[in-house]
Amino acid sequence: MFTWLSMASWSPYIVGAGIGVLVWVAFFFSDRPLRASTAYAKTAGMLELALSKKKAVAMPYYRKFTPTVDWQWMIVVGIVIGGFLSAWLGGTFSVFVVPPLFAGAFSADPPLRVAVALIGGILMGLGARWAGGCTSGHGISGTLQLSVASWVAVICFFAGGILVAGLIFGFPFLPGG
Amino acid sequence: MEPEKIRSNARVQIVLGLLIGIAFGFLLQKGGVTEYGVIIGQLLLTDFTVVKVMLSAILVGMIGIHVMKAKGLVRLHCKVGSIGSTVVGGLIFGAGFAVLGYCPGTAAGAFGSGALDGAVGMAGIVIGAGLFARLFPYLEQKILNLGVFPAETIPEMVGVRPAWVVVVVAIFIVGILAVLAELGV
Repeated sequence: MFTWLSMASWSPYIVGAGIGVLVWVAFFFSDRPLRASTAYAKTAGMLELALSKKKAVAMPYYRKFTPTVDWQWMIVVGIVIGGFLSAWLGGTFSVFVVPPLFAGAFSADPPLRVAVALIGGILMGLGARWAGGCTSGHGISGTLQLSVASWVAVICFFAGGILVAGLIFGFPFLPGG
Repeated sequence: MEPEKIRSNARVQIVLGLLIGIAFGFLLQKGGVTEYGVIIGQLLLTDFTVVKVMLSAILVGMIGIHVMKAKGLVRLHCKVGSIGSTVVGGLIFGAGFAVLGYCPGTAAGAFGSGALDGAVGMAGIVIGAGLFARLFPYLEQKILNLGVFPAETIPEMVGVRPAWVVVVVAIFIVGILAVLAELGV
């Protein structure tokens, strides 16, 4: 058991199957799909509450997604802990700001990566709430329920992502790219 | 304990959320999809780890959820989408996906495994979600309801029993996974 937990990585098929089983658990015990982006909307609501209680309570979006610590919010807390446990047990835990691919292509200086990650995050948070879900909520939990919106969403996630990644890094599948 | 009692107990749900989250983060990290290079590699179509993880999760999850639903153990949670919401939002999300190099779940897992740019991304996602909440009354009136899709689920839209769609999608997924394995990507 421990040798398995301390492996640096697992087969993507095993990992995917495990996530599939987690979705069963979430549906059966919590009557909820497994999704991540709702927790971020709740956190934004908590910040709005801290800034101005009256205004935040009046915002219609936070009546749909209440700014409270609940199952949904704990999922993201858990992901951070689970990511740490996996990396630590696997011996791959290392603290850094600039990932190697970004450092090689652009700059190893943290400020550029921090600015890019912040802008990317803002776009992603806006898009996730706009589309009503993210790679987990639409991409996995929604598609496996055969939701029309989720299949359309995941196609758009990848279409937008492939286009913008190609514009940033060059299209490796094009001649001369 | 009955599932209904577990589902309605807020304190138990908080613990369950934490445990499911820990397992999810553990799997994402072990699968390598919390790495910036792996996600960008997927978007550049040079590394198909993300697609392999997602398709395997959809295959296993889809069969289990539909069997449990047929037995009356779970209910579906689908919402009807629209061009104004799903397509526009999905493309904005995709742009963010490529710029950040993580998604809302994997950014959290990346942060846990030591990638501080994942934490910066998480802060950005909160700002973006807050921005959407501010814009929501306007967007709901003008854009989100444009081109509403005809149905919530594919079986409803096509007018066949869900079991048939499950079988077709399962064959399709196994086929794609086999092609990816054959190509060695």
